[in-house]
Amino acid sequence: MREAAISIPTEVVAQPAVELEGITKRFPGVVANRDIRLMVRRGHVHAIVGENGAGKSTLMKILYGMQRPDEGVIKINGDPVAFRSPEGAITAGIGMVHQHFMLADNLTVLENVVLGSEPRKGGIAIDFRAARKKIKEISDAYGLGIEPDMLVEELGVGARQRVEILKVLFRGARILILDEPTAVLVPQEVEELFDNLRVLVGQGLTIIFISHKLDEVLSVADAITVIRRGETVAEVDPSAVTARQLAELMVGSELPSPETRDSTVTDVVALSVEGLTVRAPDGRAAVDQVAFTIHKGEVLGIAGVEGNGQAELVEAIMGMRPADGTIHLADADISSWSTLRRREGGIGYIPEDRHRHGLLLEAPLWENRILGHQTRRPNAKGPWIDRAGARGDTERIAREYDVRTPGIDVDAAALSGGNQQKLIVGREMSGDPVVLIASHPTRGVDVGAQAAIWDHLRAARADGLAVLLVSADLDELIGLSDTLKVILRGRIVADVDPSAVTPEQLGSAMTGAGEES
Amino acid sequence: MSPAAGGFLDRVSGRVKLTGWLSLAAPLLAILFAAVITAVVLLITGNAPFATFALMAEYGVQPRSLVLTLNFATTYYLAGLAVAIGFRMNLFNIGVDGQYRLAALLAAAVGGTVALPGPLLIVVVVLVGVLVGALWAGIVGLLKATRGVSEVISSIMLNAIATGVGAWLLTPALLAVPVAGSNNIGTRPIPESAHFPGFALIPGTTVKVFGFIVVAILMGIAYHVLLTRTVFGFDLRATGRSESAAVASGVNVKKMVLATMLISGAVAGMVGMPQLLGASYSYSLDFPAGLGFTGIAIALLGRNHPVGIAVGALLWSFLDNSSNILDLEGIPKEIVIIMQGTIVLSVIVAYELVHRYRMAAEQRRVSRELTGGTGGSGGAGGTATPEGAVSR
Repeated sequence: MREAAISIPTEVVAQPAVELEGITKRFPGVVANRDIRLMVRRGHVHAIVGENGAGKSTLMKILYGMQRPDEGVIKINGDPVAFRSPEGAITAGIGMVHQHFMLADNLTVLENVVLGSEPRKGGIAIDFRAARKKIKEISDAYGLGIEPDMLVEELGVGARQRVEILKVLFRGARILILDEPTAVLVPQEVEELFDNLRVLVGQGLTIIFISHKLDEVLSVADAITVIRRGETVAEVDPSAVTARQLAELMVGSELPSPETRDSTVTDVVALSVEGLTVRAPDGRAAVDQVAFTIHKGEVLGIAGVEGNGQAELVEAIMGMRPADGTIHLADADISSWSTLRRREGGIGYIPEDRHRHGLLLEAPLWENRILGHQTRRPNAKGPWIDRAGARGDTERIAREYDVRTPGIDVDAAALSGGNQQKLIVGREMSGDPVVLIASHPTRGVDVGAQAAIWDHLRAARADGLAVLLVSADLDELIGLSDTLKVILRGRIVADVDPSAVTPEQLGSAMTGAGEES
Repeated sequence: MSPAAGGFLDRVSGRVKLTGWLSLAAPLLAILFAAVITAVVLLITGNAPFATFALMAEYGVQPRSLVLTLNFATTYYLAGLAVAIGFRMNLFNIGVDGQYRLAALLAAAVGGTVALPGPLLIVVVVLVGVLVGALWAGIVGLLKATRGVSEVISSIMLNAIATGVGAWLLTPALLAVPVAGSNNIGTRPIPESAHFPGFALIPGTTVKVFGFIVVAILMGIAYHVLLTRTVFGFDLRATGRSESAAVASGVNVKKMVLATMLISGAVAGMVGMPQLLGASYSYSLDFPAGLGFTGIAIALLGRNHPVGIAVGALLWSFLDNSSNILDLEGIPKEIVIIMQGTIVLSVIVAYELVHRYRMAAEQRRVSRELTGGTGGSGGAGGTATPEGAVSR
């Protein structure tokens, strides 16, 4: 669909920067990596793609010394190495930029960068002057545009990521591992990042880029390795492959799609919210005068960069957080109802963080079936827990929602993320919900589970369920929603027609740069 | 990986279950280990370990010792239950000690002054104890629910206050009278008609087993039913396992904190009853103190399981009673305190090791059964990479 914008491999290098041969890593019961082979040329952006759980992260942890392979050889610049810890990898010139930033907000860029490798003056004092100079040099040399004395909390997401990159360059890295660097960025920021990366490789650095966003990979990578189920399945040239071919290599089967185009929207209001305002502890409005209406059979999508009030909005609707404004469930004013009463009234809830809010990890599946539904059939009869009823219904959910588990007595922690999520979706769909609040329903689940969850959402919508969908996956939002609203700094700033919008336009609206369409 | 599946503290306080033979192996190994440590201490202090243990065992199984073991254990069991209820919800009720002492004092005072037919008076005395214990613990719950005061701090402080209030109440000006034939003072004795009848369960001794042992057993059953069979118990355990998940599921955590403290305090209010209604019949200056802290150790030993707590209470009580022989033989009986302490510590370590083993084993089992079952069908989602669990 688009040709790769190949950057400038300045020299033809004989010696690859990184070579992995026959890397195998086993965890209890799972082979995370099996006989992985990988060759990364110096001055390349080398992308490693694969779906969640394919083994990309494990492989990178091995390369960065966080885990040791059971078998196989790692060569850096031609020399075999065996890292015992990340320090060894750093010494060898490897740096890792993690998906989640590891920065202290209340420190300056300078302080964050030197943290852990402080240049000394006279053995004791930190030599801030030398550090500042070095940061300036690096920033200028690679066009990162970093101001060493800014507080990190004042920086945007893109700038924070550049600080992370600068941090590893400061430690002398010549080979950078970027783990899902675009996951937290909007499309414009992604473009900026890619420009930075091209400058870096132009100066002879090597970048290993882990992602499952194929368009991005195709636009930035010089070489691509596909990993599936822990094995390297293909080495491809980005100029000779389309995103769809790449995706099929990744998944090994037909691709799912979140598209829903036949409208099932009715004119019966299921949930309406007016003037909803949630105050953060500092008095700032995290959600500011939000209003919307969801009808039966309608999916209302909320698009926005994370941290713009989505979590607070959802928790206010669930009654987990005090809020001003009114919330109506059908005709009933539920603003003063407790979380329990709202749930009993027919609001289902797929939380954003399934470990914190959705599951009791060290409790068996059937007890997790009860969670959130502990006052209702089939889980309870009056004040008593109905064990047989709950267990039977857990069996049903496992069957209907394809939760892969040897039984309902295993702990939720023993299941993979996708299966945990399917259990939660099945649970929240049980008991005839009227409204479903779905926060990132397919985050961190594999493609198979994602397709299954989408199917369930679509089927429920066709049966008249009203869904509030909060997601960071723009394709998911555009594909599933009947109506789309954009949230920015707690306010609804735009209404978007999902059938006419592109991810790029939506991305602009999310940063406040775009205009309403 | 992502947020750990239950912290170390959860395991220590037993909110995480162990199954099968492991649940037995861990404490047995810990006791064995404690015996080894004690033996070393005995060797260092110049005593023969095996001879000492043999002495204790021989004395401990004599009929009188056995009865005393059962009687102490009855009290310990109630104290363990009171602490365990809090533990199951992540509440550390250190205040059981103050709760039971104040409860026993006031219950004894009521028992000595109110004129009622025997069985009715017993019920009233127990109810007063339960009520006082619940109210005293309720202060802790209220402070935590409304002001966010840590229950550990407030209950420790309330222990000290209970001691002070008790000392003030137990004076001749208020509730105390001289105990006949001594310079001790205590509350008016409870009339004989309201003594809780004991059982002559074990032949060869005139000492009777507390009748209250039946009540203790019933309380254990009630504890189990409440926690595992009721919605309230589910909410309580859910809150203990993950407060955030409980909130999202609709549990009102503040209400639960208050309710749990009230129940824990109510059970704590019963801790003094076996002694009061079965042996001393009055609360005097030498009424047993410190049982609340024994209860903490026993709840830990028993992993908050009703049967586990019973075993812990019996073990603790056996060691207490059988050690009485040691002084006569010139061996410091404090050796038993070392042993009890080592048991608690090593049990916690053993549970932790077993827990890790079990988690890894379960994940292995799940992924083996799944990969075996689906036979490499190539479908996505087939591999079970455990999430949020301990690997490595």
